[in-house]
Amino acid sequence: MAVATVALEARPILTVEGLTVALPQGADRPLAVDNVSLDLRRGEILCIVGESGSGKSALSGAIMGAPAPGLKVVGGSVRLGEQELTRLSERAWCRIRGRRIAMIFQEPMASLNPVITVGAQIMEVFELHARMSPAERRERALALIRSMQLPEPERIAASYPHQLSGGQCQRVIIAMALAMNPEVLIADEPTTALDVTTQAQVLKLIRELRALNDHAILFITHDFGVVAEIADRIAVMRHGRIVEIGEARHVLTQPEHPYTRELLAAVPSLVPPAIDEQAVVVTPDSSKTVLAVSGLSKSYGPVRAVNEISFDLQRGTTLSIVGESGCGKSSLARLIVRLAEPTGGRVEVNGGCFLSLRGRELRASCRAVQMIFQDPFGSLNPLRTVGAVIERAAVLAGADRRTARARAAELLDRVGLPKEALDRRPAAFSGGQKQRIGIARALAMSPDVLIADESLSALDASSQAQILDLLRKLQSELGLAILLITHDLRVAAQISHRIAVMQGGRIVEIGPAEQVINSPQHPYTRELLESAPGRGLV
Amino acid sequence: MSVRYAWLKSLARPTAAIGALLVVGWLLVALLSRVLAPHDPLHSMIPLMTPGARGPDGAVFWLGTDALGRDVLSRLIFGARTVVVVATAATLTAYAVGISTGLLAGYFRGRVDTALSFFANVILSFPVLVLYIVIIVALGASAANVVLAVTFGSAPAIFRIVRAITIDLRSRDFIAAAITQGESTWRILLVEILPNSSGALIVDFCLRLGYSAITMGVLGFLGLGLPPPTPDWGGMVNEGRTMAFAFPHLVLFPCLALSSLVLGLSLLADGLRQSAGRMRRVG
Repeated sequence: MAVATVALEARPILTVEGLTVALPQGADRPLAVDNVSLDLRRGEILCIVGESGSGKSALSGAIMGAPAPGLKVVGGSVRLGEQELTRLSERAWCRIRGRRIAMIFQEPMASLNPVITVGAQIMEVFELHARMSPAERRERALALIRSMQLPEPERIAASYPHQLSGGQCQRVIIAMALAMNPEVLIADEPTTALDVTTQAQVLKLIRELRALNDHAILFITHDFGVVAEIADRIAVMRHGRIVEIGEARHVLTQPEHPYTRELLAAVPSLVPPAIDEQAVVVTPDSSKTVLAVSGLSKSYGPVRAVNEISFDLQRGTTLSIVGESGCGKSSLARLIVRLAEPTGGRVEVNGGCFLSLRGRELRASCRAVQMIFQDPFGSLNPLRTVGAVIERAAVLAGADRRTARARAAELLDRVGLPKEALDRRPAAFSGGQKQRIGIARALAMSPDVLIADESLSALDASSQAQILDLLRKLQSELGLAILLITHDLRVAAQISHRIAVMQGGRIVEIGPAEQVINSPQHPYTRELLESAPGRGLV
Repeated sequence: MSVRYAWLKSLARPTAAIGALLVVGWLLVALLSRVLAPHDPLHSMIPLMTPGARGPDGAVFWLGTDALGRDVLSRLIFGARTVVVVATAATLTAYAVGISTGLLAGYFRGRVDTALSFFANVILSFPVLVLYIVIIVALGASAANVVLAVTFGSAPAIFRIVRAITIDLRSRDFIAAAITQGESTWRILLVEILPNSSGALIVDFCLRLGYSAITMGVLGFLGLGLPPPTPDWGGMVNEGRTMAFAFPHLVLFPCLALSSLVLGLSLLADGLRQSAGRMRRVG
C-alpha cells in the first residue's frame, strides 16, 4: 500500500471538468468518455481503473490533446494550472507535451525507435525542448539513466532498444518522460507488458521518483493489484463514466459502488481456496495418471529452452506451470502437444508413448491432449463460423455430420454461449467469448488433458474469473486433467491442485498449491510471491 | 461486417463501379459475340473502307474494314472473346501453379521452400518479354503456348505473394489448433490458409488479368500471338501498323479496346483492394 508521506498541495495542478469524448458513429455507445471530472494535485498518484473499453485510454488521450483517430472531444475543459488546454493549437501543445505533461505507454519496445541508441533518443528530448550544448545533453542523459537505477549508464546509453530487456526499455521511456521534469505524468498501463518481478521494480521506481520530484501522476491500469501498490486516490471507470472516486484505502476496503465491488471480487486471491471447496473429483480413477512427462528437453543451438522437465498429471486435477516470460513454459506446452519436436525425454498419454507417434497414428491419438491458446483473436479462423469450427473438431473426433451439429450446440451451451453463436464468425465476439469458443473446440475432441497456455492473460479480471469458474466446472463434470501455463500466481493459486515454478527452462519447485504459496522453498518462488502486486489486497 | 457485404460495398465507389462496368461490358461482348457482330470476322469484303462507310448491299461498316476487307467491328467483338478466354485461362493456370507452390513453400519451409524460391527468383530475374519470345519461338504460336508463356511469367510473382501470406498465417494459433486436432495438412492448406489469403489474391487476380491481356496484345503485335486469321487485338494492331497513318482506324480501335479492358480491371482491383484491406484487419 502506498504511503502518502508527500505533502499534498491544496490547489490541483490538473483539473478536468465535464470532459466528453465522442466515439465515431456506429460504435457500441455514443461517448467514449462521458462527462468526466477529476483533479490531480502535485505529488499525487491518481489511478484510473477500468476494464477494456471503459474509456480510460480515451480519457488520457483527450487530456494530452491527442485523441485516438476517430475520437473527438465534444465538451468540457482540461486545465493545467490556470491554462485551458482543450482549445490549444497544435503549436502551443508542442510547448506543453513533453515539457509540462509527459506520457508513458504500455509497450516499451514499440515506444522506442529501434534504429537509434537509447542515449540518443533521450538527448533528442533535450534538443527539442531546451537549449543545451551536446556535451550538456549527454551529461544530463547519463544522469537521468543513472537516476532510473539502471546499471552501467554508459553502456545503456550506447545500446539499441533490442539489446535491452523490457524492464530496462520501460525505464528508458520513463527517463525520457521525466527528462524535462514535467508537472504531470500520464502513465497508460506502463507495467502491463512486464513480468511481475520487473513490474514490482518499476512500480517502486515510480513511487520513489514521485517522492523525489513531486510529480502529479495519472496512472491508468486494469489491474487492482497494481492499484493497491501505487495509488493515493482511485477513480473507477465504466462505460466512459467515473462511477467511484476516492482515497485509495477507502475505495479498496469499503467500495461504495457495486461495480467497484464486482471488480475487486474478480481479482483472484493469492490464498488457495480451502481444500474442501476444491471439490476434487472423487472417482475411482482420480489417482489415474493421464499425462506423464519425464526428462523433456528442447534446445535451440546452445540454448536449452526446456531442460529436463518431469511431472505427472492425474485425472481431474490441475497442475499450474508458473514462470516469467522466456522461462520455457510455452515451449513446454508446444512440446507436449507435438507442435514442436523435443530434443530428448518422454511424454506418456494414458500410459502410451506419445512422442513416437507419426502421421496418421498421431492424428488418431492427438484427441487425448487438447490446447486452449493465449490470443483469443489469433486462435480462431476469422472466416469460419463458430459452428463450422466446433463441428469440424467433433468430426475429427469421430462424430458423423449430423451428430456433430448437435454436439456443437451442446458444447456451446456447456461453455455458456447461446445457440445463435453457431452461425456467427469470431469477429462478433468479445475476447472472453472467443476463449469460450476455443474451450468448446478443444472439448469437442473429448480430451483427457486440457492445456491452457496463458489462456486467461489477455482477458479482463471479470472475464478471467468467469473462465476460471468455467474450467473448474468442466473439470468436476468431465474429470479433465488441466495443465495451466501462466505467469500469474494469483490465477494459479485459484485453480491449481499443484503448482510448478519454472525458471530458465527448469522446474525449480513443484508441490501442492497451498504449500508452494504459503511456504515457498525456492528463493525464486519467494521472489515471485513478493512481487505479486497488491499483496495487501489478498 | 460480413465478408460478402464488404465486397459489395466496394462497388459503391464510383471508380470501382466504372471498372466493374467496363469489365462486365467486355465479358458480355465476348459472351454474345455471335449475336453482336454484324459480319463474319473472317469474311473478306471491300478492303480499307473508312469507319461509317456503306457497302454495296447497303450494310454499314461502323469501324471500317481492314486490308483484307474484313469488318473491323466484328473482328474487335470476336477479338474480345479471344482475349477473355485466353487471358483468363492463362491467368488461372498461373494461379494454379503459383498458389500450389506458394502454399507448399510457405507451409513446409525448409528445403522445399529453398528450391522453389530459387527457381522463382531465377525466372523473375529474366526480362519477361525475352522469356515470352523464347517460349513462343521454341514451341510455336498457339493459344496453348500463349497460356504457357503467361504462366511462366506470372506464376513466380503469385508464388511469392502466396508464400508470404502462408508464412504469416502459419504462425497463427488457429493453425496450431488445427494441427493439435489432427487435421490433415491438405485441409489446413485449403480450408484454413487459402481462404484467408483470398482478399489479396482476388485483387491481384484482377490486375494480373489485365497484364495477361496486355501480354497477349504484345505477343500478337510481335506476330507471336494466336496464328492468323484468328481475330486478336494485338494481331490487328500489328496488321494495321504499316498503314496506321493513312488508315488510323486499323490501329486505334483495337488499342482502345485493349486499354478500356485493362483500365476496367485496374479500377476494379483498386476498389476491391479497399475491402481486402478491411478483411485483413479482421484477420
